[in-house]
Amino acid sequence: MSTPSRYWREIPQRYRLEANKCNRCKLIFFPPRLLCPECKNRDLEKTKLAEKGEVITYTIIRVPPAQFSDQAPYAVGIIELKDGVNLTGQIVDCAFDDIKIGMKVKLEFRKLFEQGHAGILCYGYKFVPD
Amino acid sequence: MEGIIGYGAYIPRNRIKVEEIAKVWGADAPSYKRGLMLEEKSVPSPDQDTITMSVEASKNALKRAKIDPADIGALYIGSESHPYAVKPSGTVVAEALGVTPEAHTADFEFACKAGTEGMFVALNLVKAGVIKFGMGIGADTSQGAPGDALEYSAAAGAAAFIFGRDKIVAKIVDTYAYMTDTPDFWRREYQYYPQHGGRFTGEPAYFKHVTGAARGIMQNNDMKPEDFNYVIFHQPNGKFPLRVGKMLGFKKEQIEPGWLVNKLGNTYSGSSPLGLAATLDIAKPGDMLLLVSYGSGAGSDAFIFKVTDRIEEVRNLAPLTRDLLDKNKNYLEYGEYAKFRRKIRKAD
Repeated sequence: MSTPSRYWREIPQRYRLEANKCNRCKLIFFPPRLLCPECKNRDLEKTKLAEKGEVITYTIIRVPPAQFSDQAPYAVGIIELKDGVNLTGQIVDCAFDDIKIGMKVKLEFRKLFEQGHAGILCYGYKFVPD
Repeated sequence: MEGIIGYGAYIPRNRIKVEEIAKVWGADAPSYKRGLMLEEKSVPSPDQDTITMSVEASKNALKRAKIDPADIGALYIGSESHPYAVKPSGTVVAEALGVTPEAHTADFEFACKAGTEGMFVALNLVKAGVIKFGMGIGADTSQGAPGDALEYSAAAGAAAFIFGRDKIVAKIVDTYAYMTDTPDFWRREYQYYPQHGGRFTGEPAYFKHVTGAARGIMQNNDMKPEDFNYVIFHQPNGKFPLRVGKMLGFKKEQIEPGWLVNKLGNTYSGSSPLGLAATLDIAKPGDMLLLVSYGSGAGSDAFIFKVTDRIEEVRNLAPLTRDLLDKNKNYLEYGEYAKFRRKIRKAD
């Protein structure tokens, strides 16, 4: 289970989809890193990812990691956002039979999991049909 | 000139019908439907709470206000279902919107009045010139004990309002507050469900405070019910807002655009704010609106707004409240509802 400090470090990307854009090769990458994974440049700027996209592929998780045990079965998809970045996330508020490759989705702010009965609540993005 | 510069709503897509709840408890659905004037209510998904719904409603408000979130100087959330007992909801919402770090935040609690309290304070800080923009949010995932009358109405939803001085959508004409100590509904610390005084929640509680606030603000502004195009009251059930409207001399047509309760349920702190959002969705420039909230304990906040020309520009920049209410619904059976609302005790 992640600690509050690790969750806290990831808040800018989990809450606001903050990513990096390389000022040399223009690659946008997520999560943010210290250097561009493509051209190793360190001259990066902060950018925010698009909040809409479409499903490239998806799967149904029936045997989940411990902190997601209450949520199984659930759908996880790879979504191509409008800015071309691919993002993995849960697809919710949608029956499994209704999820289709190419389906338009948008991002919503949801609770990802709880750290037990007494720990912190971890929030972030999930995808819902647009 | 100060007022609302952006507003936004959020309603979860899950619903449960009165019949489905009545079936489980052996209750008579038609008499509940008639008595409460309510057909169904919204239910949050297991991954939704006051914080997540506040973020979504606020994002819709930002789409209409078209301001930089970093310029918001204060963000207040009113709710009786803040997810943490100790730790603010406001910090999560402010961080998700990009309002932090230069902002003031507080979580308000006053039963169903907490939403308009946040709006009252944010608006008045803008009026005082302390902040440029302020946000007030009313949100709840309301609790009702299984089998209790409240279970048929306790619903989920959120509405957010951004206040400022320029590019006003609805100008604030006046505010007014009316409150006494009246123990009509409460939840003690560590209790999971609230308790209420049954019929005591009516005359000495809801009706006294709503009429007190409505009459007070109308008197202060030398206005009568016929001077308003629309009025929005707190909606604990379908009947109360219609009855209080009649008592005050309002017509049904003035109440109906903001009367969402028959299909939405009581969204507690989100109730009258969502009614205001739905009314702004259909209002025309120049329309006069009266908003009167109610929170058990007990008190009412009243606001008079005058809608401006800008409403036509911003209305369709975010989802309309009635669309969130009527489209894309997912009906739950009681078992799923009980799981979603954590009414089933599981092993550790």
